[in-house]
Amino acid sequence: MSAPAMVSRRAFLRTSAAVGGGLLVTWHVPFRPEGGEALAADKDTYAINAFVRIGSDESVTVIAAHSEMGQGAYTSLPMLLNEELEADWAKIRVEAAPVDKVYNHPVFGIQMTGGSTTSPAEWTRYRKMGAVARVMLVEAAAKQWGVDSTSCHVAKGVVIHEKTNRRATYGQLANAAAQLTAPADVPLKEPKNFTLIGKPMKRLDTPSKTNGTAKFGLDVMIPGMLTAVVLRPPVFGGKVRKLDGSEALKIPGVKVVEQVPSGVAIVAEKFWAAKQGRDKLNVEWDLGPNAGISTEQMLQDFAQASQKPGNIAKKVGDPAGALKSAAKTITATYDVPYLAHAMMEPLNCVVDLRADSCEIWTGTQFETVDRANAARVAGLPPEKVKINTTLLGGGFGRRANPASDFVVEAVHVAKVAKAPVKVVWTRDDDLKGGWYRPMWHDRFSAGLDASGEPVSWMHTIVGQSIAEGTPFEPMMVKNGVDVASVEGAADTLYGIPNLQVDLHTPKIGVPVQWWRSVGHSHTGFSVEAFLDEVAHAGGKDPYELRRKLLAKQPRMLAVLELAAQKAKWGSKLPPGVAQGIATHFSFDSYVAQVVEASVENNGTVHVHRVVCAVDCGMVINPDTVKAQMEGGIIFGLTAALKTEITLKNGRVEQTNFHDYQILRMFESPEIEVHIIPSTESPTGVGEPGVPPVAPALTNAIFAATGKRVRRLPIRASDLA
Amino acid sequence: MTTFFLNGKQVQVEDDPSTPLLWVLRDSLGITGTKYGCGMALCGACTVHLDGKAIRSCVAPVSRVEGKHVTTIEGLSDNLSHPLQKAWIELDVPQCGYCQSGQIMSAAVLLNENPEPTDKDIDEAMSGNICRCGTYPRIRKAIHRAAKMSGERRTK
Repeated sequence: MSAPAMVSRRAFLRTSAAVGGGLLVTWHVPFRPEGGEALAADKDTYAINAFVRIGSDESVTVIAAHSEMGQGAYTSLPMLLNEELEADWAKIRVEAAPVDKVYNHPVFGIQMTGGSTTSPAEWTRYRKMGAVARVMLVEAAAKQWGVDSTSCHVAKGVVIHEKTNRRATYGQLANAAAQLTAPADVPLKEPKNFTLIGKPMKRLDTPSKTNGTAKFGLDVMIPGMLTAVVLRPPVFGGKVRKLDGSEALKIPGVKVVEQVPSGVAIVAEKFWAAKQGRDKLNVEWDLGPNAGISTEQMLQDFAQASQKPGNIAKKVGDPAGALKSAAKTITATYDVPYLAHAMMEPLNCVVDLRADSCEIWTGTQFETVDRANAARVAGLPPEKVKINTTLLGGGFGRRANPASDFVVEAVHVAKVAKAPVKVVWTRDDDLKGGWYRPMWHDRFSAGLDASGEPVSWMHTIVGQSIAEGTPFEPMMVKNGVDVASVEGAADTLYGIPNLQVDLHTPKIGVPVQWWRSVGHSHTGFSVEAFLDEVAHAGGKDPYELRRKLLAKQPRMLAVLELAAQKAKWGSKLPPGVAQGIATHFSFDSYVAQVVEASVENNGTVHVHRVVCAVDCGMVINPDTVKAQMEGGIIFGLTAALKTEITLKNGRVEQTNFHDYQILRMFESPEIEVHIIPSTESPTGVGEPGVPPVAPALTNAIFAATGKRVRRLPIRASDLA
Repeated sequence: MTTFFLNGKQVQVEDDPSTPLLWVLRDSLGITGTKYGCGMALCGACTVHLDGKAIRSCVAPVSRVEGKHVTTIEGLSDNLSHPLQKAWIELDVPQCGYCQSGQIMSAAVLLNENPEPTDKDIDEAMSGNICRCGTYPRIRKAIHRAAKMSGERRTK
């Protein structure tokens, strides 16, 4: 990832003026319901720039260009901005940004949240916006007092001129400051002078998430709103052949039953009527070309494909030659399934479609894309489409859909509803709705020299491309290789002298998408599990072999050694309990994990403890980094132990949390997170905790039982 | 017509008596702190109290609550003063936050019935509540913390 680029000042100021002041009205997130402080919405507020407004009531509203989906953006962004603004932290509120170019991701160039990039990408911009605002507030005070601005200083939202003992609050100065020209450039603090960054600050959204006042998309209600559900085809790509909605229309409250491109919309006064109406629909489907898809067949096809090399993603040295001349060779294959994101808040979208405008409320990670797609369907220019980003009840990538599936569908439903409408997905809809983490097959061959060290590493990957057929294809697919398919494999940090990674990209009619840690979610598992096999084949300790292969990777070596040290690698454990270790580099962060696990005679796996070390550069909020590692580990354990989406006759077999089980409290291990202190630029934390945990677990299972797990999820039947 | 007490106040609704309480709360009464996650009593996001017991409102027909007392997250306290809310804030438990109403309502019944729960008690009481963000380690700590706060309050 290139260094975050600042928006040019001129472009910034132009847009800032356009969206400033009274126009900057956004979906309101009341963060401090307990405080007794009135929210600033109705008071005089002044946009000092597009990222911060200050009210005459001293409220400071930070405009968040990234969505809050649990990762802490609504706290880290204000921390960055206020590090320089130096307002009173107790006065800080957050609002979701409207859709506007000024809020585009500094690296990706569209307004979005993903790729574990919020903190790395906003590291400079939000601090600059805070610094610019502070300078303008000081300037406003200095002008009023007729003093030199350099003789003033600020403390907790107050500008002070010591010599004359004069003080003015940000709230008193905001109006005057907003009239000033922004300075061309402002210096930023040296990291040693940080007062907020690096401190474990309490999340601003926690109070609202403990008393029911936090507003998610599903909680949005607007006047005259109806609620709809959609019956989608039983097979991806299926079409309605014959629709009989007469029984559905008899349900009290059901108003409209109409075809939409994605299926049949049932629009009702309330959710329950819509759901009951859907259950009464009679639809004959034209199943289309995907009715033959089956997981069993795909497993065979993928394994078959992997017998031959695919498109080369990476080649170093002479891997085939080194394999031939190796003292010992080993081969293994790994399989992982389709996975649903299964956010706790099912997808939903509220649309108010008028002749000349369209207003949308939804929890999205992809504002720019959604607005463009919604505008196309609504037949309006994008600037006539307003998106209000709500809190997201989990995202994990699903709410960054390249086709904006859940937004586009809702606009279509609004057309037939002829009224404001909320489209709600049931859990069944969510699990059957596609856009899964792709299914993957990985075939490895390694050659070991006489001392047992790997000298050749050949890795063939089979799986669908996420980017193919989307607007992201030109950016992500090069020479037939989707970078997201081979990430974590082609860029492995291990120093193996001869290496090849190649890729087959089958076309299958099951829509796939980025899922927390994307390609790393399979390469993390397969590479680290196979490396463990290599270590054992060569008679090496898995930790010591990794140390040796990471000799030229000081940052990864440091996290590996820290995790091993904190976990007391190699020490005596209770009978039946064993350790496994894995590292993974993703989203520019370095993570190592040690898992302690045991296996009952019947094959039941117990994960007792996970020790995690992470180097994510400079840390903004250490408690958030810990929370993201904890969450990533549990998310990864669910994938390792529990979940798979399977298809038979083109139909998804899973329907709800009884057959798509999420890890629960009693299965959740003790987790310890250790952060490496660093002065490097911040890197990702939302996703990097996920990839290493599955292989660390299966490596621990091997250490405990001698049984090698080569397919996920782990099945008790494979271990009994 | 169903009449019941919601967070101490009498309410009347005209929904069909078979309508799940969850959707009556959310769609008819506009009380949205109680969440929909699965509709099959599998995830616990919709947990509320019925006469002090935890129930899954997504599968409870509203007829079941006729004349009874229903408490939702909004009724737990009016100023974040419940020990669980305090502990949740102190330990920054929530991430996305969507499941947390249900988590807290399940934990509240646990603490009412068992003021000093062990880890095992917590596992048992909370096994019906899913958190996809993986906040379980913090939920566990926060329940212990809240139990301690309640204990201190009792001994004062």
